[in-house]
Amino acid sequence: MAKSLGLRLNREYSSQVLKDTFRKLNPVEMIHNPVMMVVEIGTVVTLWLTFEAPGAGSRSYDALVTVILFVTILFATFAEAYAEARGRAQAEFLRRTKSSTTAKVLGPDGAIAVTDSSKLTKGMRAVVDKDEVIPGDGVIIEGVASVDESAITGESAPVVKVAGDAVTGGTTLISDRLIIEITVNQGESFLDRMIALVEGAKRQKTPNEIALSALLGVLTLIFVLVVVTLAPIARFYGPGATNTTTLVALLVCLIPTTIGALLSAIGIAGMNRVSQVNVVAKSGRSVEAAGDIDTIILDKTGTITVGNRMATEFYPVANTSLDDLAEAALLSSMADTTPEGRSVVDLARENLSLKVLPKAVGEPIPFSAHTRMSGIDLADGRQVRKGAVNAILALVSDSHKELETFAEQVARQGATPLAVAVDNHALGVICLRDVVKPGLKERFREFREMGIRTVMATGDNRITAAVIAEEAGVDDFIAEAKPEDKISLIRSEQSQGKLVAMTGDGTNDAPALAQADVGLAMNSGTMAAKEAGNMIDLESNPTKLLEVVMVGKQLLITRGALTTFSIANDVAKYFAIIPAMFAAVPTLHLLEGMNVMGLKTPHGAILSALIFNALIIPALIPFAIRGVKYRAESSDKMLARNIFNWGVLGVIIPFVGIWGIDRILGLFGLS
Amino acid sequence: MSISTMLTWTVVLAAFLLLIKPMGNYIAKVFTFQPTILDKPFTALENGIFRVIGVSRASNMTARQYGVALLATNLLFAVLGYAALRLQGALPFNPQHLGAVNPQLAFNTAASFATNTNWQAYSGENTMSYFSQFGVLSYLQFVTPATGGAAGIAFVRAMSGRKLGNFFVDLTLMCTRLLLPLAVIVTLILVGQGVPETLGGYLHAHTLAGQTQTIPRGPIASWESIEHLGQNGGGYTNANSANPLENPSALSNIVEILSMGLLPVGFFYAFGAMTGKRRLAWTLTSVAGGFFLIMLALTYFPEAAGNPIINSLGLATHGNMVGKELRFGMGGTSMFETSTMAFTTGSVASAHDSFLPLSSLSFFIGMFLNMVFGGKGVGLLNMLMFVIITIFLMGLMVGRTPEFLGKKIETKEVTLASIAFLLHPFLILVGTALAVYTPAGMQGVFNPGPHGLSEIIYGFASGAANNGSAFGGLGAALPFYEIAIGIVTIIGRYASIMAMLLIGQSLLAKKSLPETSGTMHTDTPLFGGILFGSIIVLNALTFFPIMALGPIAEQYLMLAHHLF
Repeated sequence: MAKSLGLRLNREYSSQVLKDTFRKLNPVEMIHNPVMMVVEIGTVVTLWLTFEAPGAGSRSYDALVTVILFVTILFATFAEAYAEARGRAQAEFLRRTKSSTTAKVLGPDGAIAVTDSSKLTKGMRAVVDKDEVIPGDGVIIEGVASVDESAITGESAPVVKVAGDAVTGGTTLISDRLIIEITVNQGESFLDRMIALVEGAKRQKTPNEIALSALLGVLTLIFVLVVVTLAPIARFYGPGATNTTTLVALLVCLIPTTIGALLSAIGIAGMNRVSQVNVVAKSGRSVEAAGDIDTIILDKTGTITVGNRMATEFYPVANTSLDDLAEAALLSSMADTTPEGRSVVDLARENLSLKVLPKAVGEPIPFSAHTRMSGIDLADGRQVRKGAVNAILALVSDSHKELETFAEQVARQGATPLAVAVDNHALGVICLRDVVKPGLKERFREFREMGIRTVMATGDNRITAAVIAEEAGVDDFIAEAKPEDKISLIRSEQSQGKLVAMTGDGTNDAPALAQADVGLAMNSGTMAAKEAGNMIDLESNPTKLLEVVMVGKQLLITRGALTTFSIANDVAKYFAIIPAMFAAVPTLHLLEGMNVMGLKTPHGAILSALIFNALIIPALIPFAIRGVKYRAESSDKMLARNIFNWGVLGVIIPFVGIWGIDRILGLFGLS
Repeated sequence: MSISTMLTWTVVLAAFLLLIKPMGNYIAKVFTFQPTILDKPFTALENGIFRVIGVSRASNMTARQYGVALLATNLLFAVLGYAALRLQGALPFNPQHLGAVNPQLAFNTAASFATNTNWQAYSGENTMSYFSQFGVLSYLQFVTPATGGAAGIAFVRAMSGRKLGNFFVDLTLMCTRLLLPLAVIVTLILVGQGVPETLGGYLHAHTLAGQTQTIPRGPIASWESIEHLGQNGGGYTNANSANPLENPSALSNIVEILSMGLLPVGFFYAFGAMTGKRRLAWTLTSVAGGFFLIMLALTYFPEAAGNPIINSLGLATHGNMVGKELRFGMGGTSMFETSTMAFTTGSVASAHDSFLPLSSLSFFIGMFLNMVFGGKGVGLLNMLMFVIITIFLMGLMVGRTPEFLGKKIETKEVTLASIAFLLHPFLILVGTALAVYTPAGMQGVFNPGPHGLSEIIYGFASGAANNGSAFGGLGAALPFYEIAIGIVTIIGRYASIMAMLLIGQSLLAKKSLPETSGTMHTDTPLFGGILFGSIIVLNALTFFPIMALGPIAEQYLMLAHHLF
């Protein structure tokens, strides 16, 4: 999806980006960004000075400064417009699925009235037939049908929905007929929220962004103060000691233009990264909060484990070979289409090194709650059975002892034993266990390193829970968990000042989702759960919570890194500009001694610093959009690495950059 | 480097290292109301005071109440001081029969002593009676540093999860438990070194040349002790600690240096003791200590190398001894001046105006940073202000909302801290700009070239940092400077205290977050380094241009043998 969006961006949006880049120059819009507003005012001042300039030499200098300043602002507005366009491309994609749907509204008298989907309101009932688009978010009150949700989730396999399930507007019914009750008014649906958020139209600044803006505002004020007082102070050396154009250039170099230009792009891009993993956040605040999470509560089934128990081992009794047991198990499960049954077949094939399945001729015996076993009556008369250990024991005539020992052994590992028998002889035990999703253990280890505690919630007994917890590498677990237990866990963590994230899909998860600081509801879940959470995963993949936490952290790191870089850059700019700006003042020309970069001419030095200041903005746009590189590690390591990358290099790079630009300007006779 | 220099430095630095922990623990005990050895002599007295003013030891105030109490009390101090100076002629202990102090001077003096700046527009020996010296000015020298210390304590309490406390209780305890006992000890040592402590009149001596000389005396030792213990810095006599009667020997010099630093350094450790973050206290101490050593080196080495112009003439010198006292030598002088600028005391044992440009840069660093331990309590507040700004800037880079001691640093704290940071350069830069821009200000400039500009900057920096020392040569007695520096002094003193109290209250109200491996640790050498670097960068960005026009330009001119 991201790739196709990129392509679309090139064709359809480049003109829009260009238009927005200039539209954003409007001071009314610019006022929200005090740093760039100062640059804009500076540009107007130097433009005026260009016209007022006394001679050709100073006029061309003033004009050059004006042009560079103007380009600096354009880079800033472009960054924002570009980030917005990327979001808009994504929104457009969603909106296309949404537009021009008709709805068949079911009246109280049973009559059907056709209307536009935009006229639907909460509580209305609508009928949806095969191949029609579901007109709005709602709950199924009648019918069973398969729904193609690929428009939203990108997942092509249709999903079966039954009464009580939630459906999303914009998805398509591919079989049967449904009656749904609309649960949200138009404009409030998930699609609407997602569109508004990714477009950045409804973007509200998040708490950290506000705090950072405040700091940037005060820093700008300090630099305005430094530069504005410099003019009268320098008068100590004579009335013409400073040049206004140069002062403006110095000011623009000093104020944190890099972060000022990219701050809103970082925020917009952060939201986009969340929606790129198909998560709808109801606010930017919750994405940022995800970065601060201390504890994550995860359901075992479906989140940590693949959701079904799998056969992992055979335990044959003394006088039976492993192959015999495997074969019996295979035969008994041939007709078993449940994931558990399939896993028995897979394990047996692996044990017997079979490439193709043998053909079993006979009468399959399906599982029933009464017999608690299933199997097959083969054509050769053999009766193969697998089932609960107790049920099989009641069936066979052998000694129970060995089988019971195996069953106990398996249960102690937190797994489920299934006994296998042929006729009246018990052959052994199959071990069924929960299998942890691949890669999770690694993920949890990373989280632990970042100081995030993972807690697994499961309805299993303590033994089973402990085994899975150990296997998955979570820090803690709650066994035999009831929904209330989750809430009390969240509350107790929160009372210690921790921020808690959780996923959930059931109605009984809703209170816990609401209580959690970050509640990721599954799109496949109930309406109540979706209302309670502050994010919704359209793909209904609970592990997604981990991605969201990463995005949240990356968002904060990117802001911090670019701010640090912006401020660190100023050191070199001082060394470029201060000696240059006083070069013409009799007693102060000796400050040339501070020109450590060996910049050729005063004007060239100032222009080089200013050009560097402008160019660094587009150079950092990729970091703003993609976020700075982020890996899971302890805070101290991360801090050390980022301080080096953005702080230390932030001091060094501009020395090299300004020197280089000065050389290039020299080629054109500008320095 | 001479033996005496090495010895002086070693003794002073070792003494600080040894004293920081016991002093800090003692301060922490006093202000968390734990038993100390001074309970016996003072508890009854304090309880009497508390009964009279109607407060209880354990009562608490909000940041606003604390701030209002602080401001109102300080205003009262200034008014009482002014009245007493105006009535000097009618008050006792006036053997020289000095008359009433004139209104402007009485105002200037009362305001300057009330803000712990102790900028002196008079010569004590010719203007002040004994009563004015020990009854009025010495009194202010106790209560105003106590005010700053109390503000620091209130903030530290908030950071340690306690309520802010009661200003009047803290003010009283600062005097009874810290300043008075220490002042008694230091006074006795100084008397032992020959500093006068008498109410007898001035002496009239006959010199070898057959002339008569008036030698001013008075209760000098007691003045000297609180002058330094409270980082006050106003001299009993005009020559301040360069006068042999105030600072007679190398030993008294060391005692005065230690008196200046003891409490500011102790407050850094008390912060760790009260919050339970002793490692953090050592981190902050190392950062401030690092700046102290840089200042010391910057003060000493250029002076020891001597003036390059004189050196080039082939006149062998023992460094630049202009304006320095031989009894302290280069080492003792540089340590004293570094201390007086680092701890924002403002007393001087030499003529700052006569230092070489690079050395004077060290004085500016002390006043600009204002947290190289700084005045007791206040210096710590300034350090923590930088800590908050640094944590916010750098803390984002670990991917969490920045937090300090388990409290989130959000918009309110960042805004208050950065405004507190802004204020200091604002006062200095705007003051200097006004002085250069207006004829009234330029009237006081007698030195042409960069040095003249440095003198103006020094005056405003000294006022804003509540230092009180002066770069001689500036006509500071002009109405322009009296008024402008007076205003700078008052804003510089109270505005940042208020901002920090509000930050303290705001942090106190927040939920405390547990520390995890994802939390940015502030008690590590890494953070110390980052803090050190960001303090340098933030201050360099603000003050680099005026330093380039002042001392740095002067240095380049000197190297080019350019004389004025």
